[in-house]
Amino acid sequence: MDNTAPNSVTRIMLNVLYALVPGIIAYVIFFGWGVVINIIIAVITAIVTEVLMLQLRKRPIKPFIMDGSAVVTAVLLALALPNLAPWWLIFIGVSFAIIIGKHLYGGLGYNPFNPAMIGYALLLISFPLQMTVWLQPDNTLSFMQSLNYALFSTLNNIDIDAMTMATTLDTVKTQSGLGESFAAIQTSAPAIFGQFAGKGWEWINLAFLFGGLWLLYRRVISWQIPVAFLGSIFIMALLFYPSTGTTPLYHLFGGATMLCAFFIATDPVTASPTPNGRLIYAAGIGIFAYVIRMWGGYPDGIAFGVLLMNMAAPTIDYYTRPKAFGENV
Amino acid sequence: MSNKLNSAAVKKAQWKFHGGLKLAGHKTQSMQSSIANTIVPEILTVPLQQHIGRPAKPVVNVGDKVLKGQCIATLKDPASVTATIHAPSSGEVIAIEAHAIPSMDKQTANCIIIKTDGEDRWLQSLKSVDDPTSLSSDTLKQIIVEAGIVGLGGAGFPTHLKLTVENKPLDTLIINAAECEPYITCDAMLIKEQADKIIKGVQIILHALNIKQCLIGIEDDKPQASKALQQALSTAGIKTIQIVQVPTRYPAGGEKQLIQVLTGKEVPLNKLPRDMGMVCHNIATVYAIAEAIMEGKPLIERVVTITGSSLQQAGNMRVLIGTSMHDVLDKYGYKENNDQTIIMGGPMMGFHLDSADYPIIKTTNCILIQKKTKPKTALPCIRCGECARVCPANLLPQQLYWYTRAKDLDRVQDYQIFSCIECGCCDYVCPSHIPLVQFYRYAKTEIWTQEADKKKSDHARERHEYRQFRLERKKAEDAERKAKKKALLNKKQGIKTTEQDTKKAAIEAALNRVKARQSVQAAIAKNTDELTEEQQKKIDEIEQRRKNKLNTDKDN
Repeated sequence: MDNTAPNSVTRIMLNVLYALVPGIIAYVIFFGWGVVINIIIAVITAIVTEVLMLQLRKRPIKPFIMDGSAVVTAVLLALALPNLAPWWLIFIGVSFAIIIGKHLYGGLGYNPFNPAMIGYALLLISFPLQMTVWLQPDNTLSFMQSLNYALFSTLNNIDIDAMTMATTLDTVKTQSGLGESFAAIQTSAPAIFGQFAGKGWEWINLAFLFGGLWLLYRRVISWQIPVAFLGSIFIMALLFYPSTGTTPLYHLFGGATMLCAFFIATDPVTASPTPNGRLIYAAGIGIFAYVIRMWGGYPDGIAFGVLLMNMAAPTIDYYTRPKAFGENV
Repeated sequence: MSNKLNSAAVKKAQWKFHGGLKLAGHKTQSMQSSIANTIVPEILTVPLQQHIGRPAKPVVNVGDKVLKGQCIATLKDPASVTATIHAPSSGEVIAIEAHAIPSMDKQTANCIIIKTDGEDRWLQSLKSVDDPTSLSSDTLKQIIVEAGIVGLGGAGFPTHLKLTVENKPLDTLIINAAECEPYITCDAMLIKEQADKIIKGVQIILHALNIKQCLIGIEDDKPQASKALQQALSTAGIKTIQIVQVPTRYPAGGEKQLIQVLTGKEVPLNKLPRDMGMVCHNIATVYAIAEAIMEGKPLIERVVTITGSSLQQAGNMRVLIGTSMHDVLDKYGYKENNDQTIIMGGPMMGFHLDSADYPIIKTTNCILIQKKTKPKTALPCIRCGECARVCPANLLPQQLYWYTRAKDLDRVQDYQIFSCIECGCCDYVCPSHIPLVQFYRYAKTEIWTQEADKKKSDHARERHEYRQFRLERKKAEDAERKAKKKALLNKKQGIKTTEQDTKKAAIEAALNRVKARQSVQAAIAKNTDELTEEQQKKIDEIEQRRKNKLNTDKDN
């Protein structure tokens, strides 16, 4: 592959969206339509707030809407939210991401923090209850039922507690905090464990991995970020395997690992642009994500890992400038 | 025959350079027919400066008759950075005046305008040499100086300056036949048709510089041209010249990139190929050298590619320097209209001209006619890093862009802006369609302007300090004279004094103060470390002038 075709921001964003499709399909197969409803509400919110902000900032609307970056932010945030989320949760998260996370910093290209993760972090801190209501895999909710819940926060005659449960990551953290071994947790809650990681999640992660590899092949993202991020998760999991009992596979294919590796950490605006900087940046996210996931107070540590490393990115850039032609001879 | 061919086998390059682009060549359309012959237009507009360095001074007057090949402008100092200009055809000088010259920033410059008489009569005293190796390297260099040869690859650097043997011996001659820009085929066609003469030219340079080894770098999309060279080498039985095919990858023809691909060596920052025992010449320049030495022809014509998607015909043509682009384009069915744009050079590094009312100059390798495309709206940089991936100088273009926008020129220099060769790869891949190279040119000019301003103010301060010193010295001398008189008087009167010593001490102190100030200035770090050869030359010239002036001041 080489650059014979002119590139554009729109092309990059569209490719990212295409690459998300397999993961979204896997998500629907295992958890039902909730995520699609999330995406629809998020995208509508994103487009409306983007247009509003562009108008307020007196920027041309067409080129900036067409760049697709707002839609990508919305879809990524929608994928990170619980699959049974009320509309206002999505609305607050996405509009915060677009307005505060992006436009108040100057819009596309100027935001220091990943907007989707800013939105996610805000929601996680403000609405911890809603942010931890996850449907269990293989539930029987129909599209209309999910929509009904999203709009009215009710499932009519269905007991919501019967359909939701803590996620695999959460269960493992809580139980091992109580001193249980990983093997014991696995046997006590068979409903949430699959072949090698969280039930359903392992396949969703595989699908995101597949989409991500396609992005690499299309040269939309560079290899450094996914490799360093997954590598650091792997090494952390290996290092702490004796004490936690959680396997590297469980971590690599659990939670939002693959989504982060190929779609979130790779956001070019907020990552480090130098080849070595990207390695450091992504390895940092991996370490933070693992630590917070295992011992922190939140279900997954990826959002905070990303935001923390966003802060470090400018400094990393400065110290990882590659040597110019003839500079190291 | 096959044995001979084997001895001059074409090698494949073993090394690579960082980044670059694989671009569509668009070369076949202009290679269908052989190089067309020159036309003699009614008017020739010959700029006094078609090269890097100082403009030449006219040695003819308005109304003078000139013959083809006659020197019409030169500078006396042959070692300086300049090139002699010759009449491309016979006729009469009808004006010496400012005229628009092809340049990036719409410059005008003094041109000698010749009305041709249609006879195309040569100067009679053309000296031809059969065996160039019988000539000394100084003689060869002198002929090249007089022939006004400059680098024909695009930069127009006076060739004789690259033919000087200095302290460090040279071991490799690199001939640049890469011709990496799309559309341009003038070098490839010239090789196809004049391989023998080119090889002679290479031998002349090898002889003049006393070099034993030569590498000719040619992109692998020109099999016919490399075959022609190979044949010429085999026929002449030469083994010191090696043809090396380099992968077709823009900008393989960049001097430092080509050297890296051919030799695996990276020319260090702030150094020249010469510092590594290498010297690089463009293949069309080599041809011009052969013509000058062996046939006595000065540089008055060159091969130009005329091509482009919106031209009916395309091809290569020998064009007299000073011929209007109109006259050339007419031969290729060019019709002026608003949908197309004229580019001098290639699509990557060439520049747009607003009309065809420009003369062909020594560095015009290509006239490209393209459909006008709507400029794409530039979106903000999303720091995707594509530009860094393709940058052949291994820079961080997006950081340079951010710092240029922020006018942080120190940072821009930290990020090695002067290593940028303005190849345009970053522009090409930028998904936000930011005209990055324009920003880098702006930053470079801005830095040079600041340097120049600083030099000026340094100069003014030095002069002021020197004036102070002079006044003090004069005062001291007057005092000394007075003291002497007084001492003489006192001596007569028998009174001794130590006043003389006091005055001397005062002079000493003043001198020391000035010296201290000068040494402090010398110690201040200057950001002129990353200048190219041409810039350094220019600065040296200014410096020399300043010194001369200072000396005259001192003398006064």
